[in-house]
Amino acid sequence: MAEGENDLHTGRKTTGHEWNGIKELTTPVPKIVLFFLAVTFLVSLLIWVLAPTWPTGSAYTKGILGIDQRTSLETSLKRSAARTAPWRNEIEQSNFETIAQNTELMKTVRSHGARLFGDNCAMCHGADATGGIGFPSLVDDQWLWGGDPSTIMETLRVGINSTNDDTRISQMIAYGRDGILTLEQRRSVGAYVRSLSQSHEISTADIEKLEAGATIFAQQCASCHGPDGRGMQSVGAPNLTDDHWIYGGGSADIDETLRNGRHGVMPQWEKRTSATDRKILTLYILDLAEGAQ
Amino acid sequence: MISQLTKTEREIALLLTILLAISGSILGLMGRGDLLGYHGALLAIAGYALTFVLIKDHFDPEPGPKRIEKYYDDPIKVGIVLAIFWVVIGTFVGDWVAWLLVFPDATFDAGWASFGRLRPVHTSGVIFGFGGNALIATSFHVVQRTTRARLADRVSPWVVIVGFNLFCLMAASGYLMGITASKEYAEPEWYADIFLTIIWVVYFVLYMRTLARREEPHIYVANWYFLAFIIVVAILHILNNLAVPVSFGHAKSYSLFSGVQDAMLQWWYGHNAVAFFLTAGFLGMLYYYLPKRAGRPIFSYRLSIISFWGIVFLYMWAGSHHLHYTALPHWVQTLGMTFSIMLLVPSWASAGNALMTLNGAWGKVRDDATLRFMMVAAVFYGLSTFEGSFMAIRPVNSLSHYTDWTVGHVHAGALGWVAMITFGAIYTLTPWLWNKERMYSNKLIEVHFWLALIGTMIYVFAMWNSGIIQGLMWRAYNENGTLAYSFIESVAAMKPYYVARAIGGFLFFLGAVVCAYNVWKTIQLPAVAAKNPDKPPLPARGSPTALSAAE
Repeated sequence: MAEGENDLHTGRKTTGHEWNGIKELTTPVPKIVLFFLAVTFLVSLLIWVLAPTWPTGSAYTKGILGIDQRTSLETSLKRSAARTAPWRNEIEQSNFETIAQNTELMKTVRSHGARLFGDNCAMCHGADATGGIGFPSLVDDQWLWGGDPSTIMETLRVGINSTNDDTRISQMIAYGRDGILTLEQRRSVGAYVRSLSQSHEISTADIEKLEAGATIFAQQCASCHGPDGRGMQSVGAPNLTDDHWIYGGGSADIDETLRNGRHGVMPQWEKRTSATDRKILTLYILDLAEGAQ
Repeated sequence: MISQLTKTEREIALLLTILLAISGSILGLMGRGDLLGYHGALLAIAGYALTFVLIKDHFDPEPGPKRIEKYYDDPIKVGIVLAIFWVVIGTFVGDWVAWLLVFPDATFDAGWASFGRLRPVHTSGVIFGFGGNALIATSFHVVQRTTRARLADRVSPWVVIVGFNLFCLMAASGYLMGITASKEYAEPEWYADIFLTIIWVVYFVLYMRTLARREEPHIYVANWYFLAFIIVVAILHILNNLAVPVSFGHAKSYSLFSGVQDAMLQWWYGHNAVAFFLTAGFLGMLYYYLPKRAGRPIFSYRLSIISFWGIVFLYMWAGSHHLHYTALPHWVQTLGMTFSIMLLVPSWASAGNALMTLNGAWGKVRDDATLRFMMVAAVFYGLSTFEGSFMAIRPVNSLSHYTDWTVGHVHAGALGWVAMITFGAIYTLTPWLWNKERMYSNKLIEVHFWLALIGTMIYVFAMWNSGIIQGLMWRAYNENGTLAYSFIESVAAMKPYYVARAIGGFLFFLGAVVCAYNVWKTIQLPAVAAKNPDKPPLPARGSPTALSAAE
């Protein structure tokens, strides 16, 4: 296999080697390959001159453009801050009512608020803020801790049962697990609680059970949920007389709540969002709730 | 299979399986309080089972001196069958996780069925299980044919095939149990990494010894690529997996590196796994099976040289483009970007060399789905290397990074290039290995070709769309300077593309099943006498007389 042979199709010679029937042609490297090889190498060379590229021991070549990702990030953050400063300042300095009446500002609140809500709140409260099992709806006009703007904003800041020093604290006691109420007692108080919000017909057989439940309710539950079961915003205890249930209002759900208690958590947002953003979120939520009414 | 081993070889094999059984038992005992115990048990069971098989057939008659008249192909057959097994499993799990992205709740509330555990079963299953087995099997086949030397011994190929698959099993079962080193494409933990290192060194030594015994004066291109694949994967694997185990009784380990150094090492590994596992090895495959099937000489030897050294040298620098706009210093990013740009021409030179080789054989490409698999593979190779260099440019990356575009890019390479060239090689190789006239059904190869091509196209187009939409949504601003979309809105917008992707993936999986069926039926066809003199020259190195004297 010394001399290459002619390949009839291409007119090229083979290299003269053969491996298990495979031969190779002596075709020179096409000019276009060399051309583009040179182009990509020259482009790279140009980039090396312009931008930071090669390490030189403890430093590196800075490039004549003086680009650096840290400074470009800082510049664009500054530019971004300058662009949003006018309305941010206005929102910071105005009170809730003034902003709510300012249609231009509310436009920003709605667009920016929707983004903030989607990135921070929607995963629990739902994309439309109607909540889900374990997470209250924010648009039903029922507020655990109070629905005036400054209270909502404070809840956003400190969270509920969160890691914030000022966290709001609330706990539904595990009456079953902790051995405070027997199964029968829990069933009667559960029936009583359900009777508060549901006007279904009550048979005479149930009356005794409900009366027992009412007694237990007065002893065990009224201190947080109020003597009439309408809840207490000072301790975050929900109203039990309406149709809104965080953990479900079926008898099995209420049984579970009574047996194992509840200890829902809302994270604090003080460390993750700015006060202005929390103000915008507050306005956004109230605006959503108003729209939903 | 054991009948092909001499008495000495059987004894060495027996020693090794006993060693495996003992070390597995020790590992299992040390890790009995931990998930590690399961993997110790797995190795021990494999060791005892193999020991049993070896003892059972130990006294079968030894092979005669005639065995050296044929290449040693038994482990290659096993490797091909295992590759097909893994591609069916790997693409099935891939499509499963694709549907999981459409229906994220479909996890049966079970840890093993979560996306995070299933996804590495898919990636390792296709990259290592399918790709790895196919590479090992074809490299054994190619190196013997192109050097006219038999594999240097009969035991180490089995060590490589069996050991590598035990590694794959440990990887996949470990992910489902929650064992992970948390490094993408390097998830197996320290003990599995050590195990693979041993296997890989055996592979390397075997390959070098076989090359050293070659009867051909020159080493064919395919072997350059296979050798680059073996050497560099060893280096990458060892460096990226340097870690300190919590204890020898625990599966968990912690990386020796931290912070941005760890990230840089990981992506140096990750990118070169693409380069040397998913590119170099498969180029080796392409350089043998494509010209063989086409019956054409390689278009240009010189182009082979330029692309080989270009790829081998330049890829090593490019890994940092995975970390654009991160804590990695700017200069490292620029370096990675420019080397990625320079990589383009050598990569295209390989694709071009393959396609130009088909000049004079385009009629075959039209009629023969097997050759068409390899042609399309070369096209997708060109496409994804262009896309890769493009996405490595910083400003482009600022749009594409963290989006599905990356996923689409990877699959253009993995489905379009790696899997297609492998299917082409499998369809070429299977009738040769089992001495059949041809594959069981050429129609089914045609069906597989179109399933694979259409599946890949649907997949890649869906991910291009979703990726670019994601990238644009994430950088869209309102007039007042605030971001226009929340992240969850971009997630919701992906749903139709995720459905399309899962359908495309399903077609590809279906193609793999068709391939498995076709290969299975081919193996059952009646054997014919080998047509081409596909055997080592006689007398081989170490003449038959010397050999029988040694026995």
